[in-house]
Amino acid sequence: MEMSPLQHEMGLAEPFVTTKLDKVLGWGRKYSIFNYPFVTACCGMEYMSAACSRYDMDRFGAGLPRFSPRQSDVLLVVGTITHKMAPVLKQVYDQMCEPKWVVAFGACTISGGPYNNYAVLQGIDQIIPVDIYIPGCPPHPEIVMDGLIKLQAKIQHQKHEV
Amino acid sequence: MSASSENTGFRDTGSWAGPELVQALRERFGEGLRAQSEAFGEQEITIRREILPALARCLRDEHGFEMLLDLCGVDHLGQREERFEVVYHFYGLAANRRLRVCVPLSGDQPELPTLCGLWKAADWYEREAWDLYGIRFAGHPDPRRLLLYDAFVGHPLRKDYKMKARQPLIGPGSRHEEDASHV
Ligand code: SF4
Repeated sequence: MEMSPLQHEMGLAEPFVTTKLDKVLGWGRKYSIFNYPFVTACCGMEYMSAACSRYDMDRFGAGLPRFSPRQSDVLLVVGTITHKMAPVLKQVYDQMCEPKWVVAFGACTISGGPYNNYAVLQGIDQIIPVDIYIPGCPPHPEIVMDGLIKLQAKIQHQKHEV
Repeated sequence: MSASSENTGFRDTGSWAGPELVQALRERFGEGLRAQSEAFGEQEITIRREILPALARCLRDEHGFEMLLDLCGVDHLGQREERFEVVYHFYGLAANRRLRVCVPLSGDQPELPTLCGLWKAADWYEREAWDLYGIRFAGHPDPRRLLLYDAFVGHPLRKDYKMKARQPLIGPGSRHEEDASHV
């Protein structure tokens, strides 16, 4: 029998307990994002602006950047990734524990941005999976907030391994 | 100090070698000096590639150019018969003067003798010119790429390097790495 989105929403598609647990876990995880800022270029300025008190990412529970991949669950890739940097990014991603999400912050990480040349990776999704793309060169902090809210929605609505 | 440096307050960065030096070199190397020019008071000589080591040693030991300031490649694709050119800048500390030496190179496999034995500074400059222009320096002690990585295909500052060319990915899990692990 086909389920309607409403039935999914109400948890009728699967046993009541698992879906409710998913919701609780999603609720907990979306408000306790520990991000790893992989900052390589000018977008870092906008990341700092978004993280500091004026825009204050802490309002969304993402206020504490961790500089160890082992302690973080969202990899924020901020800035130009060159071919020579790509193995480092891949290694950082591999070192992060599940569950983990990746945010491509700025045009460079999405498609190489203004750098269509021999040195720059044309989008980080060539080497690691990306959950949210935040466009802009650099993205305004408000777009970063929007991306963060979209990431939270994604975390809330996905299935969680326990 | 030149008049202009007094006016602007910039530090005196030295003068360029005068025509008398070029005259002395011409007497010494004759036909090896192909051309001489001067623009904005900067002396520039164009030489045959064969005399480069002798000329460099002569400049260093007899004319007091102790420093190799710069070495770079140029690609004149479609503009000159001799496609490549290597440009050297020499600087004499005591006399505070400079000289530019151009060495045109023809062919698809351009090559020059290394100057690493005379100036340590030549080491990375020559590796850079090899990396980006594919100009070889025979006798270089460590002729690897400088800025790019070993898996890179081609020399990106050559004018016929395809702008949209894509390079192989490197690092863990990439095809290049797997290929290497089989070797
Ligand atoms: S997207 Fe623009 S601002 Fe961001 S790193 Fe690239 S060039 Fe810099």
